[in-house]
Amino acid sequence: MRVIAAMSGGVDSAVAAARAHEAGHEVTGIHLALSRNPASYRSGARGCCTIEDANDARRAADIIGIPFYVWDLSDRFHEDVVEDFMDEYAAGRTPNPCLRCNEKIKFAAVLDRALALGFDAVATGHYAQLRTGSDGLVEMHRATDDAKDQSYVLGVLDQQQLRHSLFPLGDTPKPQVREEAARRGLLVADKPDSHDICFVADGDNAGWLREKLGDRAPNQGGPILDETGAQVGEHEGTYAYTIGQRRGLRLGRPAPDGKPRFVLDIEPVSGTVTVGPRERLSVDRLEGIKPRWCGTVPTLLDGPGVSVQLRAHGREHGAVVRVDESGDGPAVGIDLLEPAEGIAPGQAAVIYDGTRVVGSATISRAHRLVDA
Amino acid sequence: MSTPTVYLDHAATTPMVPAAVEAMTAQLLEVGNASSLHASGRRARRVVEESRETIAQALGCRPGEVVFASGGTESDNLALKGVFWSRRAADPRRTRILSTAIEHHAVLDPLAWLAEGAEQAEVELLPVDARGRLDPATLEAAIERDPDTVALVSVMWANNEVGTLQPIDEVVALAGRYDIPVHTDAVQAVGAVPVDFATSGVDALTLTGHKLGGPYGIGALLARRQLDMTALLHGGGQERDVRSGTIDPPAVAGFAAAVELAVKQQADYAVRVAGLRDRLVRGVLAAAPEAVLNGPDPAEPGARLPGIAHFSFPDCEGDSLLMLLDARGIECSTGSACSAGVPQPSHVLLAMGRDDRTARSSLRFSLGHTSTEADVDALVAAIGPSVERARTAHA
Repeated sequence: MRVIAAMSGGVDSAVAAARAHEAGHEVTGIHLALSRNPASYRSGARGCCTIEDANDARRAADIIGIPFYVWDLSDRFHEDVVEDFMDEYAAGRTPNPCLRCNEKIKFAAVLDRALALGFDAVATGHYAQLRTGSDGLVEMHRATDDAKDQSYVLGVLDQQQLRHSLFPLGDTPKPQVREEAARRGLLVADKPDSHDICFVADGDNAGWLREKLGDRAPNQGGPILDETGAQVGEHEGTYAYTIGQRRGLRLGRPAPDGKPRFVLDIEPVSGTVTVGPRERLSVDRLEGIKPRWCGTVPTLLDGPGVSVQLRAHGREHGAVVRVDESGDGPAVGIDLLEPAEGIAPGQAAVIYDGTRVVGSATISRAHRLVDA
Repeated sequence: MSTPTVYLDHAATTPMVPAAVEAMTAQLLEVGNASSLHASGRRARRVVEESRETIAQALGCRPGEVVFASGGTESDNLALKGVFWSRRAADPRRTRILSTAIEHHAVLDPLAWLAEGAEQAEVELLPVDARGRLDPATLEAAIERDPDTVALVSVMWANNEVGTLQPIDEVVALAGRYDIPVHTDAVQAVGAVPVDFATSGVDALTLTGHKLGGPYGIGALLARRQLDMTALLHGGGQERDVRSGTIDPPAVAGFAAAVELAVKQQADYAVRVAGLRDRLVRGVLAAAPEAVLNGPDPAEPGARLPGIAHFSFPDCEGDSLLMLLDARGIECSTGSACSAGVPQPSHVLLAMGRDDRTARSSLRFSLGHTSTEADVDALVAAIGPSVERARTAHA
């Protein structure tokens, strides 16, 4: 096959490209330029958005012995990922830009361009496994390395996208990938893993949003109320908060029971943040919109292996999932077998059957066990 | 891997000529700092001075007017900053620099720096016409608005992307009315078109080794003796006290051999390469009829460089096309700057009035001393299907 290897400059995508090349594919490395104003040097825990990262990717391609180019997708990325991230926070929701990037950029804009240019597939360093099921459809499964499994952020891929994807690392634990990188002479073998959101330079989401949203922010501050409606503090913009958040609330007075308080609700229009005790974070029923299915569309998933994952590297929650895309209502209903905490609208619920990813939906509403 | 490489990017860099390799390698094992006073030093100095004389002879200047530097970028920086500083120091009213919108980044960026920083230069980047040529009347109007405030005029001899030759004679005549010094970046011109420093009347001229068959990392600013420049690199004062740094005799020797040969062969080269260029233009336009050749009509004498053919391919991304051709072993350029590895639409095409989309759809093919008909024919055979493919990718 003719394969485009998306190379971030990190160790995973470098080894993925090397493996695809070694497997006999005709591989071309590309680095995605996603930032409009890339910094020269890496700082903090990022690993893809600087000129230094582009150079790391280029050197890896040299060592593997494949052609290498930079593709400028900064405008698409800004439109589809960064703007969406800002809009979602402004609306009081908690987006996951990595899923969005996979859905709109890596396995859409890049894949489309690759196919049009005569390539057959896009290979990335994601940790997930692809196999062909008995029905001939390509299935995506969790990686063998639980700690590194990235099937959650790939849960937005449909069958067409999966058919043209390669994840060469899905069967390998991370330490082995690093060893292999060293063995192959790839200079990025020791490069630290990237964390956080690639376009938020110092990991300070709230500060970044404050600067970028500017006048687009729905409010510049307001009261923090407790569950009884009494004001317990002030905030500088609802967009800086996430449901379930405990740190950085700076509440003036402690709760009567002395226990920690958590963000329960974010109301951008009235500019109100509501906090309360932990037990009020518990939810047992979720509604999801904008479903994406890896294969055939299910109607009812209630087997023993059915679960949902609600955040990256989060745990699995046993669940019963009902799908109805016919009406105007939420397409996906999720009943959790055990309550879960701190579920924010905007987050993705990725639905699994055993290790297999069935699909995903964006959480539109979480029903509390204890309601106000 | 077995595909033979078809190199059509000579305007980026061109292979060294054997005479330059020989002259350079002959010096590599020799010892001697050209500034040292002993026999070895004198020997090295002799190599440098003979090279200087060779270059002066070839380009119509005096040996003392050849200032060796690390290449085109440094020479441009020295001319622009050095002359601006010196002229403004002599008369603080001189704050304007007149140049064009299609200069190389080695000119544009120093000018932007002079304009933005504490220097407070007033930089005017004059527009060009649709063919990429400065209208002398535009320059005239800019000078006449307030001649006493012009510190410097800098206009490239030939554009590096589309190959348009600029009206240097008129520029010199206009600036000469007010004794305003003229600098020209002639990096693409030397060896390709006749260039004679004294005859041209410019005050400073940039050239570089690796564009004309010499080594990388060496170039020169030809600077009239009367032209005052403030130094950029301070140190041993080796080059006329405006450019310090130990001189590299092997590079200088290779550079001089290449200049000498390039100038000697220029007329034959121009005829031969222009013939190849015409074959390339005909072939590409036949294979991709919607393609547009940018720059002056090749039939117009003295309007463009012989070796550059720059096209826009409607509804294609230049990047995609470059990659598809590269996969077939054909090497060319989008002709645009990509400082961050991120391709920007060409400022030259934008200045010629093309929109962003058209600017991004462009490719430069540039021929040189090793180019053959077989190179051109390989491109002509590949361009049709590649354009077809790239258009799908753009849809």
